[in-house]
Amino acid sequence: MAFLPERARVDELFKGLWITFKSMFEKPVTVQYPEVKRPVRTRFRGRHVLNRYENGLEKCIGCSLCAAACPADAIFVESSENTDDERYSPGERYASTYEINMLRCIYCGYCEDACPTEAIVLEDNYELSFTDRFEAIYTKERLLLPVPEEGKPTPQEVPPGIFTRSVPVMADPTD
Amino acid sequence: MTNEVTLTIDGKQVTVPEGTLVVDAAKKIGIDIPVFCYHPKMEPVGMCRMCLVDIGRPVRDRDSGEIVLEEDGSPKIQFGWKLDTACTVPVSEGMVVEGMTEKVQQGRQEIVELLLTSHPLDCPICDKGGECPLQNLTMAHGPGESRFIYDDKINFEKNVPLGDLIWLDRERCIQCARCIRFQEEIVDDAVLEFFNRGRATDIITNSEPGFDSYWSGNTTDICPVGALTTADFRFSARPWELKNAASICSHCPVGCNMTYNTRREAKSGGDIVIKRAMPLQNEWVNELWICDKGRFAYHFSDSEARLTQPLIRKDGKLTPTSWEEALALVADQFKNAGEGLLTLVSGRLPNEDLFNLRKLTEGLGGKSGLHSYMAGGDLVAQVGLGAGSNLADLGEGDAIVVIACDLEEEAPVWWLRVKAAAERGAKLIVANPRPTKLERYATEIIRYAYGEEVEAVERVAPLSEADNLVVFFGSEGIGLETSEALAQACANLVAELGRVGQPNNGLVGVWPRANTQGAWDIGFRPGFDLAEAKVVYIAGADPVGDDPALAETIMQADFVVVQELFLTETAELADVVLPAQAQTEREGTFTSGERRVQRFYPVVQPRGEARPDFDIAAQIGAKVGLALKGRFPSLVNPELCAETPGYEGLTYQRLAEVSDQWPIVGRGDLYYGGTGYENKQGLGVQLAPSGGYKVSKVSRQDIEKPDGEVIAVPITLLYDRGGMISPSEVLHPRLPEPFILVNPQDSKLLKTTDGMVVGISINDGETSNVVVWEDERIPAGTALVPRSMGVAINRPSTFEIRIAEAAAA
Ligand code: SF4
Ligand code: SF4
Ligand code: SF4
Ligand code: SF4
Ligand code: FES
Repeated sequence: MAFLPERARVDELFKGLWITFKSMFEKPVTVQYPEVKRPVRTRFRGRHVLNRYENGLEKCIGCSLCAAACPADAIFVESSENTDDERYSPGERYASTYEINMLRCIYCGYCEDACPTEAIVLEDNYELSFTDRFEAIYTKERLLLPVPEEGKPTPQEVPPGIFTRSVPVMADPTD
Repeated sequence: MTNEVTLTIDGKQVTVPEGTLVVDAAKKIGIDIPVFCYHPKMEPVGMCRMCLVDIGRPVRDRDSGEIVLEEDGSPKIQFGWKLDTACTVPVSEGMVVEGMTEKVQQGRQEIVELLLTSHPLDCPICDKGGECPLQNLTMAHGPGESRFIYDDKINFEKNVPLGDLIWLDRERCIQCARCIRFQEEIVDDAVLEFFNRGRATDIITNSEPGFDSYWSGNTTDICPVGALTTADFRFSARPWELKNAASICSHCPVGCNMTYNTRREAKSGGDIVIKRAMPLQNEWVNELWICDKGRFAYHFSDSEARLTQPLIRKDGKLTPTSWEEALALVADQFKNAGEGLLTLVSGRLPNEDLFNLRKLTEGLGGKSGLHSYMAGGDLVAQVGLGAGSNLADLGEGDAIVVIACDLEEEAPVWWLRVKAAAERGAKLIVANPRPTKLERYATEIIRYAYGEEVEAVERVAPLSEADNLVVFFGSEGIGLETSEALAQACANLVAELGRVGQPNNGLVGVWPRANTQGAWDIGFRPGFDLAEAKVVYIAGADPVGDDPALAETIMQADFVVVQELFLTETAELADVVLPAQAQTEREGTFTSGERRVQRFYPVVQPRGEARPDFDIAAQIGAKVGLALKGRFPSLVNPELCAETPGYEGLTYQRLAEVSDQWPIVGRGDLYYGGTGYENKQGLGVQLAPSGGYKVSKVSRQDIEKPDGEVIAVPITLLYDRGGMISPSEVLHPRLPEPFILVNPQDSKLLKTTDGMVVGISINDGETSNVVVWEDERIPAGTALVPRSMGVAINRPSTFEIRIAEAAAA
């Protein structure tokens, strides 16, 4: 037989339309982005932030380990020495320049893994758009979180003898 | 010939000379035995125990003395009941060394665990992190987990300045004593020592000012941890982020090989900047070391004061202009200058530049001159060191004469190499009017009065017994005229022995600049008449800065062009000032005092519009109708080599040749030799002397002696206030205030006291302020005046002390 019976084709048509009709009453899986945003998963890796301690000091000690770990060579760090008159971070040094090129970044999170002070963390923000390439370079100012309420902005003037360690002592990483 | 010994290390057989240490024997066949305290250039001390190995020796029958054999016919090996340190045990025949067994591995693990008991977790910010032997050996041999309780760690002081240049972090020190031993054994400045005992052991400095040594930077290279770091590099980059470029130090005639580490820096507007200078191994020149001047005085290249634009004099003032205009003006003036043109250079310029400058001058029919207070380069070209010389080969049976120079101040690395030769048994004759540090090692000291240098050479006893003879002559206390006579006397001393051209024989000039010898070889000579010149062309020299009296003479010329890095006192008088590129910005070659031609490479980008000297000369040439090679030194170099006597056959390929060097240094082996760089860029080529020198009587009738009860004589210091060192701020605390040295007796005569600030005027010249330091070792009747320290002095001179003026100033 060279062709299907007429009847069968009409059946198929209604079958399809029935599915369409049924789904009109289902809960939609899409959301009205950007008015509505779906929360990201806990292990989502979005745009980085540079963390601060509660007293406002920066967590980053300018060690460049994130830059060393980065497979995309997206991070540039330059460090300078802290003094008690001008203190940015608790250790001996801080990042005087910190830049991430978001166009190069592949959001692998290696930088976060490498960071000894949990300073650089990939957060939830995935809404990155730029109108030129330089805008894609996030500087330290853009990455740093705002100063917490009880903290002071950096650089801070602190009394001598408090920050004597080269690297701030971190809580045991196993807990 | 020493006896050879065959032993087995980790199953591999190796044959080495008797007396070799097990650790070195292993290294020779590529087996790594980890070490911390052992350094191949120093005596072993066995302090850290990291190099543990299991050593077995063949058993001998007590009665017959025969080696006992196993059933299978192999010798029976008896291992010790405890592990041995490979760095203290010399090899012996049939020895079997095991470094891979579980027993050994466990031993090393325990040592690492112990070393880390109080070691801080500073790696993320430690300047050594990334090139740290302790990091690397912990990864390779560490236990992974410590049984010590974290809270039991002892905290020590961090950031202790040992001196102005070196910082100590007490927590990081593993008490290997490499730094202390380096200071004692290699450079004989025993300024570091251990203090306290046990866990409280600390490194302290016993000198005032702290860590008072010209060699301090080297301790940071060999410190196996980040306990010692330099003030210059501190926190400025991580080692793995640095790029490197091979260079040659431009501060003295030794020609130390160096590696400049660079990085692009946001603070400098995104420019590539030099982060630190490191030694580059060349066992024929500087071995693994460089002095602190070489390490820290490179900041002339990044100085803000650098000239970046051509300047021409308009309405009496130097105003910025374009190259086009400046060159057109220069060419215009040069074209018709003919004999009236005088080109003046110093030994600071590389060979290619000197060659082009000479060609340009010759082409225009002008004269050329070398601005230098020292003569004799022509004699050194005739009777200099034979090709294949190495100061490290000198020892028992050889003789070294050092005359009229304080070697450590003038050519530091030669000082430590000559000292080492003396320790190996070479006869060392030191002739100087006052004691110098080298005399500690002298077998014979010749004390002469300033002005009697030639007579002093004649007092050197015949050295015909010596297997090899090397003579160093300097410029302590003398001017150009005496220098010529002294060089001749020294050349006689060398030539009389009849071994000219043989390796490890010859004359070495301790020149004021890195390439003074090159300038002589290319044909520049001191002794020119500035007053006759109509058009003066000065490149890389500051005659007015060195002698303000010359200002007037230079001003008399119709037209003065100065090619410089900075607006020097000479440049300020010029009609046209052309900005030149620093040595770090371009490539070229230098000829060292030992007549080794070595090539250096570009390190950073040129400053502003600065151009290299050879190219400026070529561009002027193009405008006056002389075709000179410009653009690249590689175009100039073949011509230079073809036309300069002694340089024939020299090519970039030959300069780039390398060979295996001992000890092994560099990346994979930095626990062994330190963080100095392995030489992959070339060891350079030592030129053969031309010979043809005839011994002749030294004539010195026309040298006038200044009269006066006390005369001023020039001496040279490593840390002066010259234009190439003062832009390096990190060295400022180490630069002395201008001073003069006098015998207390003379001080009384001059009505001065120790430490008094007075005005001094040399030869009725300008008065400048100096501190008077009394020192009974200074011969009576002389006041020593350091060169390039604000007081212009070119030869023994009369002087006047003006007490009132200083008080007023
Ligand atoms: S997330 Fe990955 S690619 Fe992006 S900056 Fe970090 S390490 Fe680099
Ligand atoms: S973010 Fe972390 S890893 Fe990166 S430089 Fe700062 S402290 Fe080091
Ligand atoms: S400072 Fe460095 S070289 Fe000196 S003893 Fe300590 S670890 Fe060794
Ligand atoms: S010894 Fe001379 S060449 Fe070597 S680093 Fe010092 S100044 Fe430079
Ligand atoms: S004990 Fe042998 S290297 Fe320290």
